[in-house]
Amino acid sequence: MASERRVRIKTLVMVLAMVVCANAGDLMLKRGMSQIGAVQLTASGLAEAFRLTVTNGTIWVGIFFLTGFMLSYMTVLSWADYSYVMPAGAFGYALLTLLAVVFLHESVSPRRWVGVVLICVGVLLVGQTKPRTTAVASEAAA
Amino acid sequence: MRVILALAVLILGSTGGEIAITHGMKATGEPARLRPRALLQFLGRAARNRWFWAGVPLMALSFYALLILLSWEPISLVIPASALSYVVGTLGAKYILGEQVSRGRWAGVVLVCAGVALVAAG
Repeated sequence: MASERRVRIKTLVMVLAMVVCANAGDLMLKRGMSQIGAVQLTASGLAEAFRLTVTNGTIWVGIFFLTGFMLSYMTVLSWADYSYVMPAGAFGYALLTLLAVVFLHESVSPRRWVGVVLICVGVLLVGQTKPRTTAVASEAAA
Repeated sequence: MRVILALAVLILGSTGGEIAITHGMKATGEPARLRPRALLQFLGRAARNRWFWAGVPLMALSFYALLILLSWEPISLVIPASALSYVVGTLGAKYILGEQVSRGRWAGVVLVCAGVALVAAG
């Protein structure tokens, strides 16, 4: 069995990749859709919105990042516990708040700061546990 | 009542879908190494796993429930309520996937759940 330390580092790197890709992807989609403007909910409006989204470079950058998210999510779940990866991924919410404060100079309510602190403490607690508690398929077969 | 029903579909759909995908990925096994060629082979193996394909429609159903909920209720209610999926997902991981959820992990999950609800509520 690979050393637990190695599994832990590998898992944390993949969770970080997941969080960065998911946030970057959402941000790019948001930016791309603001370039396109509000979508009209009519047949011709939706057809026009579809044409604009598939020809928008920013949207494709967003799709690229979200594909990266899906790939890193699938990869990390091939060895790590779902009950480890899922709460650890919530770190993204805390990161998004910090980015909004630092780069967008948004003001954040005290309630939201409490939430950020709870998420960080929660993720640290989950991070202390063993990333994998079930048998490894390839090792079980060997 | 219909809100609770849609919320149940949202939470059970997303956690059910993720649990099915986790089960599929565990059966797929780790990629030999994190290089493009090995990752493509890994994806090919995952795409032939039926549990992976069982998870996808469940997640689509959950997304549809989210869209419907957002048309009824404000986002500041819907997203905090959906933070319950952290607890539901952990129960599923324990009882369906057989993962060992220690006290420390449970404490972390509960804090994350409360934290996400607070952040999403603004």
